[in-house]
Amino acid sequence: MGATPEHHTGGEDPNRRDFIHIAATVAAVGAVGGLAWPFIDQMNPAADTLALASVEFDLSKVELGQQVVIKWRGKPLFIRHRTGKEIAAAIKDDNAALRDPQTDEERHKAGKAEWLVLIGTCTHLGCVPTFGGGDFGGWFCPCHGSHYDTSGRIRKGPAPKNLAVPEYTFLSDSKVKVG
Amino acid sequence: MSGHSNYEPKSGFEKWLDVRLPIIRFGHDTIVDFPTPKNLNYWYTFGGILALCLGIQIVTGIILAMHYVAHVKFAFDSVEHIMRDVNYGWLIRYVHANGASMFFLAVYVHMFRGLYYGSYKAPREVLWLLGCVIYLLMIITAFMGYVLPWGQMSFHGAVVITNLIGAIPVIGQSITTWLWGGFAVDNPTLNRFFSLHYLLPFMIAGVVALHIWALHVPGNNNPTGVDVKSKEDTVPFHPYYTVKDGFAISVFLLMFAAFVFFNPNALGDAVNYVPANPLVTPAHIVPEWYLLPFYAILRAVPDKLMGVIFMGGAIAMLFLLPWLDTSKVRSMRYRPTARLYFFIFVVVTLVLGYCGGQLPDNKIIPGLTTFQVIDADLNSVVWLSRMATAYYFAYFLIILPVLGLTETPLPQPESISEPVLSHPANAPAGAAASPEKRG
Ligand code: FES
Repeated sequence: MGATPEHHTGGEDPNRRDFIHIAATVAAVGAVGGLAWPFIDQMNPAADTLALASVEFDLSKVELGQQVVIKWRGKPLFIRHRTGKEIAAAIKDDNAALRDPQTDEERHKAGKAEWLVLIGTCTHLGCVPTFGGGDFGGWFCPCHGSHYDTSGRIRKGPAPKNLAVPEYTFLSDSKVKVG
Repeated sequence: MSGHSNYEPKSGFEKWLDVRLPIIRFGHDTIVDFPTPKNLNYWYTFGGILALCLGIQIVTGIILAMHYVAHVKFAFDSVEHIMRDVNYGWLIRYVHANGASMFFLAVYVHMFRGLYYGSYKAPREVLWLLGCVIYLLMIITAFMGYVLPWGQMSFHGAVVITNLIGAIPVIGQSITTWLWGGFAVDNPTLNRFFSLHYLLPFMIAGVVALHIWALHVPGNNNPTGVDVKSKEDTVPFHPYYTVKDGFAISVFLLMFAAFVFFNPNALGDAVNYVPANPLVTPAHIVPEWYLLPFYAILRAVPDKLMGVIFMGGAIAMLFLLPWLDTSKVRSMRYRPTARLYFFIFVVVTLVLGYCGGQLPDNKIIPGLTTFQVIDADLNSVVWLSRMATAYYFAYFLIILPVLGLTETPLPQPESISEPVLSHPANAPAGAAASPEKRG
């Protein structure tokens, strides 16, 4: 009690040495981290890949009840001209127990319920689902049996998410631009 | 390697080199004068077979890389060019492609042997872990190599496997994009896979060197699982095991050659002779046979993330094994109960392999339509996979830990030599008496 701890003063101050060690370690880690980044980032999409042009598509080519598959950014893109029956089925299920809840309204452009534009890769492991199969009248993925409804929402099987809707705009009534 | 060396440099050059780089001494102590348990059976020859497999894959691979073009537009055609135009290209490619299967066949025998004789137990845990690392590198290398021909199965196989990573919450998608180098499996992906497929075998060779080093410190395990007690229990590696391994390798090469020359596509998938098309998925995506059990485990789980976790866990079990098996007895020769569960485990992995190659909704017994239990049709491949997956994990996580504590092992022999020498037919007196009577 009251006794002050004896300071070991012979030689260098331990605190100062610790500081130098810590500072050197931090600098080394920072330098390695900084040098590593270019080697990591080179794996990310290159500028020309990112610059991949968007595609324009003429909808008048797709008849009612048909689907056209085009390639966009290396992936299939489904452009589907939905029938009234399909749209009705999709709306009817808006309140069903959905794994990835979304109303049909949210999956197409306002007032364009007949056009569904989807990225055609199964959200499970990336196979290309086929239309007209499965229990919900929409898409069926043959790989591990994911069922999507007429809105492209996941209803059954291992896939966790609805078929993705890419960014697109209507240039005119019969023309869309994707990307 | 450990202990003293019997190497005596003979020529002037050997003496000169020995003081500067004792590499010949090292080779002599490692593969010639290395004391090895004298009771190793043929299950132990697969180590040598595997070294040969790695060598074959590296040599044929380097040659194929001289003719192959890693570009989405040319990859498929360059493989056909190898098959049709390059002198003996067909032979080299078929050896490389079938060599991968042979490599996995041998590694599975090697691994099951290790499981049965308890080769992963102290003091060989690091040896076992290095082996697991080699196996993991083999899987990654084989997968990337399979993608290179850019056929339908290559392409969609790559899509499916890389999408597994997307299951990781939050960062999964960015990692997948990073791996792809784009928005989908495409040219950048093919390029980097080629680069890595060329690199990894050399990393495997490096780990193999460590694996052999870790083997030579405690020395080989053996079928009795009893430690080497005296010099009597061992024989020098050369000529005893070089000859035995040499014979096994010859037999193995005969089988290898039978595949290469008579049915080179038996183990491949015909769909891979269709050029890759990102817009159409083959009806049925299957990996190569040696990955089917893991694929079955992936599909057995109805949730994407959990499926991935289970598949990864199936390999992780191997890494944890030295600490999961609590038994003090190494070899299952003296563990009758464990032996029974082990053989069930072997069958279960084969069943998983079968399931991985079937469509999930296929019936197991075709005649019987359904075997409905509550909500599940037990007569479907997916349910068979689920039960097999359950056993696979139970074997590692429940059976081995509990059994080690509860089972009564059979008495183990005092030494490796004892069961041989004490056997009546081998008793010294009988041995001395019988030679002249024989025939
Ligand atoms: S990739 Fe579609 S269900 Fe697995």
